[in-house]
Amino acid sequence: MISVKKSKLKKVSRESYAYTPGLKVKLATVVYKTRRLPVPGEVLVKEKEKVNYDTIIARAYIRGDPEIVKAAMLLGVEPEDLPEYMTKKVGDKVAEGEVIARYTALFGLIKKMVPSPIDGTVESISTATGQVIIRGLPVPIEVNAYIPGEVVEVLPREGAIIKTNAAFVQGIFGIGGETHGKIKIAVDSPEEELTADHINSEDKGAILIGGSLVTLEALRKGVEVGVSCIVAGGIHHKDLKEFMGEEIGVAITGQEEVGLTLIITEGFGRMRMSQRTFNLLKRFEGYMASANGATQIRAGVIRPEIIIPHEEHYEEASGDELAAGMIPGTPVRIIREPYFGAVGRVISLPVELQQIQTRSYVRVVEVELEDGRVVIVPRANVEIIEE
Amino acid sequence: MVTLRKPKEEMEYILATDVGSTTTKARFFHKRNGEWRFWVAGEAPTTVEAPYEDVTLGVRNAVREVEELTGHQILSPDGKSILLPYDGEKGVDLYCTTSSAGGGLQMMVAGLIKTMTAESANRAALGAGAIVMDVIARDDGRRPYQKIRRIRSLRPDMILLAGGTDGGAKAHVMEIAELIKAAEPKARLGISYKLPIVYAGNKDLRPQIKDLLGKDFALTIVDNIRPVLEVENTEPARRAIHELFMEHVMSHAPGYDKLMKWTDVDIMPTPAGEGMAMQLIAKVYRKNVLGVGLGGATTNVYSVFEGKFVRSVSANLGMSYSITNVMKEAGIKNIVRWLPFELDEEEVANRLMNKMIRPTTIPHTLEDLIVEHAVAREALRLGLRHHKSIATRLKGIRVQRTIGDIFEQALEETYIDLMKIDIIAGTGGLLSHAPWRAQSLLILTDAFQPEGVTWLFQDSVFMMPHLGVLSTVYPEAAWQIFDKDCLVRLGTVIAPRGLGKEGEEVMTVEMEMPDGETITEEVKFGEIKRIELPERQEAKVTITPRREFDVGNGPGHKLEGKAMGGVVGVVLDGRGRPLHLPEKKNARKELLLRWWHALNLYPEDDLKELI
Repeated sequence: MISVKKSKLKKVSRESYAYTPGLKVKLATVVYKTRRLPVPGEVLVKEKEKVNYDTIIARAYIRGDPEIVKAAMLLGVEPEDLPEYMTKKVGDKVAEGEVIARYTALFGLIKKMVPSPIDGTVESISTATGQVIIRGLPVPIEVNAYIPGEVVEVLPREGAIIKTNAAFVQGIFGIGGETHGKIKIAVDSPEEELTADHINSEDKGAILIGGSLVTLEALRKGVEVGVSCIVAGGIHHKDLKEFMGEEIGVAITGQEEVGLTLIITEGFGRMRMSQRTFNLLKRFEGYMASANGATQIRAGVIRPEIIIPHEEHYEEASGDELAAGMIPGTPVRIIREPYFGAVGRVISLPVELQQIQTRSYVRVVEVELEDGRVVIVPRANVEIIEE
Repeated sequence: MVTLRKPKEEMEYILATDVGSTTTKARFFHKRNGEWRFWVAGEAPTTVEAPYEDVTLGVRNAVREVEELTGHQILSPDGKSILLPYDGEKGVDLYCTTSSAGGGLQMMVAGLIKTMTAESANRAALGAGAIVMDVIARDDGRRPYQKIRRIRSLRPDMILLAGGTDGGAKAHVMEIAELIKAAEPKARLGISYKLPIVYAGNKDLRPQIKDLLGKDFALTIVDNIRPVLEVENTEPARRAIHELFMEHVMSHAPGYDKLMKWTDVDIMPTPAGEGMAMQLIAKVYRKNVLGVGLGGATTNVYSVFEGKFVRSVSANLGMSYSITNVMKEAGIKNIVRWLPFELDEEEVANRLMNKMIRPTTIPHTLEDLIVEHAVAREALRLGLRHHKSIATRLKGIRVQRTIGDIFEQALEETYIDLMKIDIIAGTGGLLSHAPWRAQSLLILTDAFQPEGVTWLFQDSVFMMPHLGVLSTVYPEAAWQIFDKDCLVRLGTVIAPRGLGKEGEEVMTVEMEMPDGETITEEVKFGEIKRIELPERQEAKVTITPRREFDVGNGPGHKLEGKAMGGVVGVVLDGRGRPLHLPEKKNARKELLLRWWHALNLYPEDDLKELI
C-alpha cells in the first residue's frame, strides 16, 4: 500500500494516547464482579462467604405495574365526587374483580360497580381526573453470583462484589446473556471453521471453542444439543441475521433468547481467532467457566467475556493498562482493511500527518508485521494487544 | 452568568472542545494581527465509558495533540487542569465545550394530542438538542398500560410535559400527568436524584401539577408551549431544558463534574451548538438553510425556513455506532447501488458490522472510503425524510383526522420545499474529513437532491459546535473564525426539477463570470457539468429550462440568479428530480462513473483499479 519513507518520519511522538484500547486476554488475573439488584432489596450473602455460579446473592421485589381505572367515567359521576362512591381507600389491598367503587340510585334500581382489574393495592384516587390507580402485586427478582468465588464486599440492600482468580478473555461482539459450562475445544486450530459436524450430544452444557468462523448450521446444532456458549473468531453477517431472526441495528445485546450465548472474538466475516486467545482457551480445556455475550458499544462499553476461575499462577506482565499509551515496541493488531487482523509491533509514531490511499491526511503509526512487512496505517486503525 | 477571565479585547488564545460520542475534538483558536483564526485541531477517543469513565481524560488527550502540534502549553504540568488565563507564555484565555457523549441528552416528551401539544413539545425538545426517546400523547394509539410500560422501560434524562392551551383542557392533561407519576420513571444517570420534569402546559393547572409531581420529581414550570392553538412558544421550554441539562444531567455523567469546573461557559449539547451555527448562516445570508450534522451515532438535520428554526434528530442513523442501523433501515441494496464496482453485498455488510463494533476506525483504502460514502448518502436521505415529518405546519386549527390519516400525509404536511432552500450546509466527521471537497458536495446533492439554485457550504474541520457555543459569549470572535476558517464554500448546484429521457436537453445556463466573460452551457438529461468559479467570487446566472423542467419560476420559465463560487465551483446537475438510478447494474455503474468523472470525485488511477 504505502511505502515507508524514513526521511518523512523524523519527527516522532514518544507516546500516543489517541489509541483504541485492546481486548483483554489474560491468563491469570483477579476478576471482581459487582452483582447488583436494579432496585433496593435484601442481600442474602455475607462477606467472605464462598459462592457458586447459581448462589442467589440478593432478592428484591419491584413494584408491580399500575393499572389505571377510569372510575368516575364508569360510574357516570363527576371526578370531584368520586371519593363518595369509593368502597376502598388509598392503601387498601384489593383482589381482581373486587368492587372498588359503587353507585346506586333510585333505591337500588340503578347500580353501577367498578371492579379492580388486578390483584393489588389502591394507590391513588384522583378528583382531578376521576381515575383510580391500582398498583399490581410486587414482582420478585433475584440476582445470582454468575462466577464462583468469595464475597469481598456486601453492598447493603443492593448486592455484593464477588472476587475470583481467573483467566479472562474479552470478545468483540456477542449475543445472549450469562451462562456457564465446561470449556471444550471443538477445532484443531484457530484457522478451522466450526461447523455442525464438530458438535454432538456430548457437548450439552459446554462452552464450545471454534476457530475462524461459526456457521449458521453449527449455531443451530448447538441450540439443538443444548450447548451453553459458542466462541469463534468470526461470523458472517447473514448467518447472524438468520440466527437471530432480525438485523442488528445498534449493538446493545445480551437480552436475546436464541438458545445459547455466542461470543465473537475478532469480527464479522471469516476471521482467524487470535493465536493468543486460542492458546489460552486451549490451556483451560475441561475447566468450568462463566460466559456472557452482552455487548454495548456506546454509553458504557460492555464487551462479551469468558471468565475461567482457577488458582494456578502464571508469569505475566500486568501493569496499568489505562496509564500506558502506545510507544515503539507496543504490540498492536490492525483492525481495518487492508491489513485487518494482522499483528505487529509499533516502530514509530510520526507526528506529521501523512497521506493515505484515500488521499486523507491522518496521524499514522509505523508497524512491523509478524511476517516482516513494515506498513503505515492510521493510528485510529490499530488496537493495543494487552500482554 | 458567564464571567470572562480577561476583557475580550485582551484575549489571544481560545480552546474549544466537543466531547462527541466517538471522538473528543479540540479546536485551538488564536488572534493574529487583530483577527481571530483557527490554528490547529487535536482529536482523541472519548473516555466517557468504562474503563475510563472520565471525559476529561479524552479532553486531555485531544489537548495534548494540540500542544504537540503547536508547542503551546495548555494543560497544567500534572495534566489535571487547563491553564487559564494565558499568562504570556502558556494557557488559554477562554475554554468552552459542547458534549454529546454517553448518548447526549435523552428526553421523553408528553402532550395531550399527538399532532398538537405533543408535536410542539417534541419540536421544543429537539430544538434544545435532545434525542427524543418517545412521544406520549392521549391519542397515540396505545392503551394506558402500554404507555406505562413504555415509560417504565425508558430511562430518560428529563421529561417535557405539555398539554392544553391556557384556559383549555384540564382533566385530560392531568390524566397524562397521573400516568407519568404512576409509571415512576427513573433517571438514566444516578439512581439517587430526582428526575427533572419541565411542565409547559395549560397555566391554569400549575397548582395541581405542583401537588401531583412536585414531591417525586425535580419540577420546573415554564410558559405554555401552545398558549393558544395558533401559537407555538418553544423558547421558555428550550431554555429550561438547557439549564436542567447542566444542573441535573451533566453533573451526573462520568467526569463532567471536573469538566464543568474547567469551562468558563455552560456545557452545551453538541446539536444545540451546531444549531446555533446553522442559524448564524441563515441570519448572515438572510436565506433559507437546510443543515446537517452527520455524526457517528446520530444524524441531526436543521432547517431555518422563512425564519423558523427546526431540528430533527435521527438517533440511530450515524456513521459509526449506528452504521449498521443505516443498513437496517435503508436496506443493503440501497447502499450498494452507490458503488460503481463489484463488491458482494455480504462483504459490504460484514465491513459495516466491523465498523460498528470498532467505531473509531477510519477508511484506509479508497474502496472502503467509497463504501462509507455510500452509507452516508443513505443516512442523509433517511435523515431528511425524518426531518420533513417534524418540520410541519402547526396543526390543530384544521379539521380533525385520525392518526392514520396524519401519518400517511406526514410528508405532504412539511413546509420544506427543496426548491425554496437556498443554502445547504453540512458538518460531521465524514463530511469534514472527506479527502476531496467535491465528495461532500456530491454526497449532499445525491442525498438531499437540491432543486433550483442552491449554495453549498461545509464545515472545514468540524468546528461548528465549537463556534456555536463560543458565539454565546464572544460572537465577534466566533463569526471571524466561522467566516474565514470554518465555512468552506463548496459552490453552487443548479438542478431543475423534472424528468426526461437520457440525452434530451434539460436547460441552458448562461454565466457572467467575474472577469466579464460569458459562458453558455447546454445541459442534457443524465449529465453533470462543472464550471470553475473560485471561493468568494460570484457569477450572475440565467437559466432557461426546457418545458418539462422547473428551476424555481415554474416549468419552462427562465430564472435569473446568483451562483456562489467555491472549492468545487458551479455544478450543473441535469440528472433530474427526483434522482433515479438505473435498475440494471452495468448501466448504473457506468452512469455513476460518468458523474464522478465530471467532478473528478476520486483519484482516477486508483478508481480504475477497483473497477
